[in-house]
Amino acid sequence: MLPKFFAGLLFFSLNALAATPAELLASYTAQSGQAANAAKGETFFKASHGQEWQCTSCHGQSPKGGGRHASTDKAIEPLAPAANTKRFTDSAKVEKWFRRNCKDVLARECTAAEKADVLAWLITLR
Amino acid sequence: MHFASSYLLRTLVAAAFLSISASWADNYKGPTPPAVYTQECGSCHLAFPPNLLPKASWQRLMHGLDKHYGSDASLDVVTLKQIDTWLQTYGGQGKRAREEPPLDRITRAAWFERKHREVSAATFRRASIKSSTNCTACHRDAAQGDFEEDRVRIPK
Repeated sequence: MLPKFFAGLLFFSLNALAATPAELLASYTAQSGQAANAAKGETFFKASHGQEWQCTSCHGQSPKGGGRHASTDKAIEPLAPAANTKRFTDSAKVEKWFRRNCKDVLARECTAAEKADVLAWLITLR
Repeated sequence: MHFASSYLLRTLVAAAFLSISASWADNYKGPTPPAVYTQECGSCHLAFPPNLLPKASWQRLMHGLDKHYGSDASLDVVTLKQIDTWLQTYGGQGKRAREEPPLDRITRAAWFERKHREVSAATFRRASIKSSTNCTACHRDAAQGDFEEDRVRIPK
């Protein structure tokens, strides 16, 4: 009974929307109503926003290398799609982590424009 | 002769049994967790064996994920239900789960503090460890439920 229950739930959670980084960028750009700015995204990623942690605290100085969780030390895989093809391919997952991590770094959720800028920068990294 | 060999056999059986029960003490070989548990909980920290906390503690954790020790760890309702069901089914079994530790933190449980009494606060703060929540720093195979004392290696 239980395995069936878990299998059923797994089926539903696997139904998350598959996407490409470019599609997600297009979607955030459309939501924000302005063109994404990769340079602004880089500054945003590397800046302190007044909280204990910034993006780089866990993701590392370079999104092409991995990072380590600032409090638990758990290894975190690279963020840049060029270094990690699994990144930005599931819109629900991307939204979940932006929501959580922006609260750690900015004490609020990120705007669509901020997400678009960061993603635009990450896509440019080769 | 017959008496001697049966005595030897019984001693061996007893010794084998004792060594097995000793290794059970710090090993957790429970049911394999669903992928969703390893994925969601294991993104930020070790996907802790569910017997390390009682069901009541797991329930409070699962209903306060938006404020999870200072971070938002909230989940969609389907995923939340999956993990909650798993923890309420397999959590809280065994002697580690008799106590609801302060703040529902595994690291604040009396058994945890007793087991780690020889590890100083300064050791836990080493750059190679960071905090007592980082099981795998010293228990290399913690993800497989291996907390055996003789395999502990404390990094410099």
